[in-house]
Amino acid sequence: MSATTTAPAGVAKTPKSKNASDRSVAENRLGMKLVAPALVVMLFVTAFPMLQALWLSLSNYALTAPDDRSFVGAQNYVTALSDPLFWRTMLVTVGIMVVTVFFELVIGFVFALVMHRVIFARGIIRTSILIPYGVITVVSGFAWQFAFSSTNGFVNAWVPFIEDNFNWFGEQFPALFAICVSEIWKTTPFMSLLLLAGLAQVSEDMIEAAKVDGATWWQRMWKVILPNMRAAIMVAILFRALDAFRIFDNIFVMTGGAVNTESVSFLTYRQVIEQFQIGMGSALSVLLFLSVLVIAFGIVKLFRVDLAAARQEG
Amino acid sequence: MGNTPLRKVGIALGAALILIWCLLPVAWIISLSFKSQESITNGSPGFFPSEGGFAGWDNYVAAWDNEQFRRAIFNSIGISLIATLLSVIVATLAAYAIARLEFRGKKLVLSTALAIAMFPVVSLVGPLFDMWRAIGLYDTWPGLIIPYMSFTLPLAIWTLAAFFREIPWEMEQAAQVDGATSWQAFRKVIVPLAAPGVFTAAILTFFFAWNDFVFGISLTSTEAARPIPASLSFFVGSDPFNRPASLLAAGAVIATLPIIVIVLAFQRKIVAGLTSGAVKG
Amino acid sequence: MAGIQIKNIVKKYGDGFPAVNDVSIDIADGEFVILVGPSGCGKSTLLRMIVGLEDITSGDMMIGDKRVNDLAPRDRNLAMVFQNYALYPHLTVYENIAFPLRLAGASDSEVDAKVKEASKTLELDEHLQRKPGNLSGGQRQRVAMGRAIVRDADAFLFDEPLSNLDAKLRGQMRSEIARLQKKLGITTVYVTHDQTEAMTLGDRVAVLKRGVLQQLASPRELYENPGNLFVAGFIGSPPMNFLPAEVEGTSVKLPFGTVEIPADKAEKAAGRGLLIAGIRPEAFEDASLVDEARAGGSTFSGKVEFVEWLGSETYAYLPFEAPPEVVKQLEQLEKDLDGDSLRTQLVISLDGASRVREGDQAEIWVDTSKMHLFDPATGENLTVDLSNAGRIPALDSGVPA
Repeated sequence: MSATTTAPAGVAKTPKSKNASDRSVAENRLGMKLVAPALVVMLFVTAFPMLQALWLSLSNYALTAPDDRSFVGAQNYVTALSDPLFWRTMLVTVGIMVVTVFFELVIGFVFALVMHRVIFARGIIRTSILIPYGVITVVSGFAWQFAFSSTNGFVNAWVPFIEDNFNWFGEQFPALFAICVSEIWKTTPFMSLLLLAGLAQVSEDMIEAAKVDGATWWQRMWKVILPNMRAAIMVAILFRALDAFRIFDNIFVMTGGAVNTESVSFLTYRQVIEQFQIGMGSALSVLLFLSVLVIAFGIVKLFRVDLAAARQEG
Repeated sequence: MGNTPLRKVGIALGAALILIWCLLPVAWIISLSFKSQESITNGSPGFFPSEGGFAGWDNYVAAWDNEQFRRAIFNSIGISLIATLLSVIVATLAAYAIARLEFRGKKLVLSTALAIAMFPVVSLVGPLFDMWRAIGLYDTWPGLIIPYMSFTLPLAIWTLAAFFREIPWEMEQAAQVDGATSWQAFRKVIVPLAAPGVFTAAILTFFFAWNDFVFGISLTSTEAARPIPASLSFFVGSDPFNRPASLLAAGAVIATLPIIVIVLAFQRKIVAGLTSGAVKG
Repeated sequence: MAGIQIKNIVKKYGDGFPAVNDVSIDIADGEFVILVGPSGCGKSTLLRMIVGLEDITSGDMMIGDKRVNDLAPRDRNLAMVFQNYALYPHLTVYENIAFPLRLAGASDSEVDAKVKEASKTLELDEHLQRKPGNLSGGQRQRVAMGRAIVRDADAFLFDEPLSNLDAKLRGQMRSEIARLQKKLGITTVYVTHDQTEAMTLGDRVAVLKRGVLQQLASPRELYENPGNLFVAGFIGSPPMNFLPAEVEGTSVKLPFGTVEIPADKAEKAAGRGLLIAGIRPEAFEDASLVDEARAGGSTFSGKVEFVEWLGSETYAYLPFEAPPEVVKQLEQLEKDLDGDSLRTQLVISLDGASRVREGDQAEIWVDTSKMHLFDPATGENLTVDLSNAGRIPALDSGVPA
């Protein structure tokens, strides 16, 4: 786009700056114009507030006492990171993430295999699988909370070895179990659809060739199908893990954070919206954001996820 | 693949499992919504309403009579539709550019979209809460529409870009040679061809907006803008462990109906859209 | 309608490599010109520069008397048929054909009249309300042509329009395109890599190699007087035979023996040392079948390795050894020609009545007046008859285009 006229000798050597034809200049301009609205909307709600959060997190600022606002440096971070409460919520969050993603992956894969092979009632199954995906998380939370409820639910009656008046929401682990069930119920279908798409990309020829070569079902699964679905599985894990780490709705609805079921998201929310501790809440926001970055980075590095595939390039 | 009887039984079992998985909780909440409120207060364990504890349509009537609930449904429909419309328009333009044009900043847009898709929504609640109050967007429709747009744009852009990529280049070039301006080529050839993609993106956006909870509870304070998930969660008596369960269930069923209708009507397109975005390679 | 003048057109991409390098072609009003060459020779790029889908790095593109370098495709008033036809799948055949008219804002009655006329010409009447997805390949091809002919465009451009059709349909559509072009008398530029299309359709054919115009001539001129090894090897099927040759006086020493050539040819090639002789397969004949009247050529004897009898003619294959100098040049040629394998064997076309069999030591007659001699270093045809060879840019240095 540089309008400077370079020496004629440089014509062939600097094609980018000099040979940018009218068409590519126009294309460049049109492209930028077309993405501008999307970029502005996306950044307006994320980058700008995030920068603001960064700034606010360095101050002691509570809406309850706005006049006492002062710059405190990293004090909020020190407070948060040295508070066992923060680490407990972090542990709970990571625990939920690992458990839910693991079960979603396993169950989702079974579902994907069934959907891939099923011939009858294909439409009905695919329609049903979308229902949990479409149901509002809050509704899912309610449904499962009431299902686990000892007074009005059915789980205690249906599941053996559980006393009829067992209170699932009275202790940390049973409560977390109920939360995970709701989470897994709602998102497994989504996972199975992602895996189904990956499964569809494994060519039938290859599987048949493996069969002819004498591979058992199990060998075909591990040596042919799964390696060829790697990209799909990794992208699914990445997105679902980050999603699970942000868990909020189910906890809010099912336990309200009681009996040590708070997640990092929930803690942040409570600081800001319920206790109006903007400074501390912002610090937690930043920490939450950083945790997501670390997890994303970790998954990408650990599993060598092809981010270009995730970004849909090429 | 072989069609041994064992295999068939396995698949049939799997299919049954999927159906139970997907439909049981839905059946449960419907069943719950027919339990009478007295029986709930007294305790009425079990899947189906107990004898004498059947409420008929009472809970639905009660939910619908609730002014707050009706307002919330209205808010949700309005906000979700507007957010969907705007998001799809903006995403269509961006996706077209990403799929078709070479320009500087393309990587930036793609990376931003990816980053936002992973963004922890809650970490924005504080700053946005502050910002919206400062500029008067707190507890208004636009105050929710804007964040919904930004968080649905990544998925919408990916879905649409995948559709645009599938349209042969020649189409546009032919249109240009036939005498179309770039805009005419886009409107008369590309948009009609990408219509299924636009439609899919719209459904996914609508789902997101309808499902959102975090923004709904933190950026609203009254029924002026409070959407249905937030309203449902605040639909609580004084004791959080003894909520009017059946009434809530009725409300939940009503809130889920639009989604069920959309799913039933557009199953194929949603599946295509969900899977075209994230997996490639 | 108008002629098209391509003047010293250059196209460079980002890496500085010229995809099209200083090509000049003057296309008269109503003329049918073919751009032909192996893949990557720049023929499609050139076509797309004519229509405006690619930028021109330098040179002038004239349509009629107007310089169109900076005009958008829509302002050039050209019609183009794409390789995959680029039919709009959401529109009916009728609306596909009407599309350019609608864009131009034509009235409904005018659109209807023109579409009906085009569909009649192309025998598409019964398909007008169908969608392109339901048509056969040939029908799609005709719809694409329909979209081109309703326009009153200044010229038609075709980008390998037949490459997606099966062989039989290709022949049919080829004659249909030829018929249509004659009927409309419209300037046409047609890109193909298929030399049969090039030979049968064009008034003139432009042969391109790596962005450079090699020769621009009528099909007959190209066939009989190729300007260089590349053109000689590209045009004709089976391809021209290339043999190492040494000229002494009027006799030429070939791997199979020495033959006599006409004095004028010998004179042009004299004193050049080792050369490459190019002889088309049909210049040979079974010596026993040559009657006295056709004599005037030379006879030699060679061992036939393999015979293909096709009824009306017989192909015989005779392997030979070539010195490394020649082999190197032939390998390069092979690469330029897109890997059409040119083994060092002589392919000759004999009369179907020939009884030559595999393993025979056969007496072969060759019409040496049809022999060309090429410089192995430059590939230049030393014996070309310039008055019947169209234009060979490599030879008109200094002469303004």
